[in-house]
Parts: sequence; C-alpha cells; structure tokens
Amino acid sequence: MVSLTATASRIDAAWRVLAGVPDPEVPALSVCDLGIVREVNDDGETLEVVLTPTYSGCPATEAIAADVLQALGAAGLGPARTTLRRAPAWTSDWISEDGRRKLRDYGIVPPGPVGGEQPIHFAANRRAPALACPRCGSARTERLSAFGSTACKALYRCLACREPFEHFKPL
Amino acid sequence: MQASIALSPDATQQYLLRIADTCLVLAQRTSEWCGHGPILEEDIALANMALDLIGQARALLAHAGTLGETRYDEDQLAFLRDERDYRNITLVELPRGDFAFTVVRNVLVASFLKAMWARLATESTDAELAAIAAKALKEARYHQQHAADWLLRLADGTPESRCRTESALGALWPYTAELFEADAIDEAARTTGLGPSWGELREPWLADITPLFQAAALSRPAASAFRSTGKHGRHSEHMGFLLAEMQHLQRAYPGGTW
Repeated sequence: MVSLTATASRIDAAWRVLAGVPDPEVPALSVCDLGIVREVNDDGETLEVVLTPTYSGCPATEAIAADVLQALGAAGLGPARTTLRRAPAWTSDWISEDGRRKLRDYGIVPPGPVGGEQPIHFAANRRAPALACPRCGSARTERLSAFGSTACKALYRCLACREPFEHFKPL
Repeated sequence: MQASIALSPDATQQYLLRIADTCLVLAQRTSEWCGHGPILEEDIALANMALDLIGQARALLAHAGTLGETRYDEDQLAFLRDERDYRNITLVELPRGDFAFTVVRNVLVASFLKAMWARLATESTDAELAAIAAKALKEARYHQQHAADWLLRLADGTPESRCRTESALGALWPYTAELFEADAIDEAARTTGLGPSWGELREPWLADITPLFQAAALSRPAASAFRSTGKHGRHSEHMGFLLAEMQHLQRAYPGGTW
C-alpha cells in the first residue's frame, strides 16, 4: 500500500524535475513554462505525465516525451510514461507569466492574449501588430515574415537598433 | 519490396482517410517548395505549412488505423497503400506548378479545410476527431490568411503575376466540384454524427472566398461538367509519380527508420 503522502511527494518531485526540462526548440522555456504538461498522476507504480502538443506537426513532440522520461528516470522517480492529450487544444495563453519573462529575456516577444476567434482579414500589405523590440524597447519595428524558424514564431526586425528578433505567435 | 496493405471498406474509416490523405498529399506537394521558394521567407512559410499538414495527417491516419478490421499504424497507412486506396481529392495531387498555382490552390484548399475543421471541432461525435479538428482549425486559419494575402499581391501585382494567377484559377477551379459532391460515405458520416456531408461545406467555403476574389478583382470561373474522382480512389496520372517518390524508402527498405 502506497501512502497518500508518498504519492503526493512523488508528484511534487516530478513537477520540480519537469520545471527543469527545456523545450528543445525554445530552450529558454521549460516544458512547464510552455504549458504543455497538463497533469502528473501516480497510480502507485508508474508516473503518468499528460502532454498536449503545441502544433499538430510540431517535430519536437517525440523529443519532448523522451526528454521528460529521461529526466524523471535520472531523478529516480520512474517508472514513468507519457500520454498525449489533444483536447482541449494547446493555446499560447497557457504560457506562464514566468515563461513570458524568460522569452523576453531570451529575445523573443511573447504572444499577446488570443481572446476569442476573430474574423480573418486579407491584405496585400499586412500591417503586423506593433511590437516593442525586446532588446532596445523601440516601437519602430517591422515584421519580415509570418513564419519563422519554427511554426510557432514570426520574424521581425527593429528599425532602431537594426537587430532581428522573433515573436511567439498567439495561437 | 514491401507488400501493399489492402483496406476493407469501412465508411467511417473512408471518411477519415479522405481528410487525412488530402492533408498528406497537399503536404507532399507543398514541401516540394523547400529550397525552391521565390524568396527565403516564403520557402520557410511553405515548409512550415507543410509540416502542419503532415501533423494533421499523422493524427488522422493514426486514428483511422484503429477503425478497420485490421489495425494499422500511421506509417503503414501512409507508405503501404496503393494508389487506388488513397482517398485525397484530386486537386491536391496536381503538380505544384508555379508559385501562383501553389498560392491559388492553397487558398482553395485551406478555405475548404477551415470550413471542415470548424464543423468537426464543434459537432463530431468522435471525440478524437473533434480534438484533432480543434487544433487544425487554428492552423488552417493561418494558412488561409497567408495564402490569401499572396493572392491579393499577385492579382494586383504585375501583368505577369496577374496573368499567372488567372491562369492558375482557371486550371484549378474545375477540380473544386469534387469537394462538394456528397455520396454514401458522406451520408453515413452525417447520420452517425461523425461529420458533415461535404456538400454542406460549399456555402461557408464560397462565403469565405467570394469577398477575397472580389478584392483581388478575380472572377469565379464558370462551372463545368468535369468531375475529378480522387476521393473515390480514381486519381489523375500524377498520383502514381507522387506516391513513387513518397513511398520509395519504405517500400525498398521495409521498416527503415532515420
């Protein structure tokens, strides 16, 4: 019989370990900061970590699951397994306040609130949302590309300090 | 050489494969732009959109593989089916053409898939399908907006870009009729609550693209009697070449992994 206290402390310990597992594509954030770890459960034998992918085609999904299991194993918390949960769909609103601060420090402008579903407007010359440069703070910035190095980011540049930067898109 | 798998007919599975294969084959065509985009940013954008489509296809194929008499995983379904067992609409298997052709096709297909995902996300009695659709809907909105912005630019660009855009629309339009032809598979899906009959998607699709065509000063081509039949497994002559390239590795080296 596993005591409730032992279960609770194993789950707490697992959350602490997961808070140190970086996202492979945005290593400034942990998988917890990103909001993709939805639950940690303990059935007395195996730890279950419930993960929700950010994008359907996110190539890091398998790597994240492997990293999570490796970290839990190394901390002596195994055996563990991961479960994929699609619903509700991940939203950038799940990125923690701490995660947003880390993103900005890393040079990536965090996403604004997603809000409700807005009608789509089409434009030959799209005015991208005005974003302050994460390096110099200038509002004189422009979007270079709606898609960046990964599906979750757009590419910008600052017209004041001339540095490029990325924007984590609201989704 | 790895032998093919043959699927026994199952209406639910067929309905899912029509969507899954449409995503997968469009992903294959879109990814052909990788390294060939007209500008670097567009190269990256197209690769990103192809990746979203592959992700959507993977999720749907994995789910469809659990529904038939024999269970198959997503890789078996993607790489070991023969042409006749592919259920994608013909529109997505046509060669990628020039950039205008790709942009016009992406507008037409992203708008269609967006209407499909919106219905599936809110109405499907299949919880897994609804969950896949809820995620895919957000992605399709980005795809549609991106392609539509380009459509406006090309239609209002140079005489050359406008000419190519009009020509692409003329070539692609006849293939859109297939999207809205309902049949027994649709009827079964509608009855069980799996998803909408595709014919019901025509109105929301037109409501989406008509204002866009007006803004681009493009007139909708006239309807024709031509009907493509990809979703019934009868494909264009381009499909075999596409599958030969996509499936070669798994056929020649069964079970091979990276």
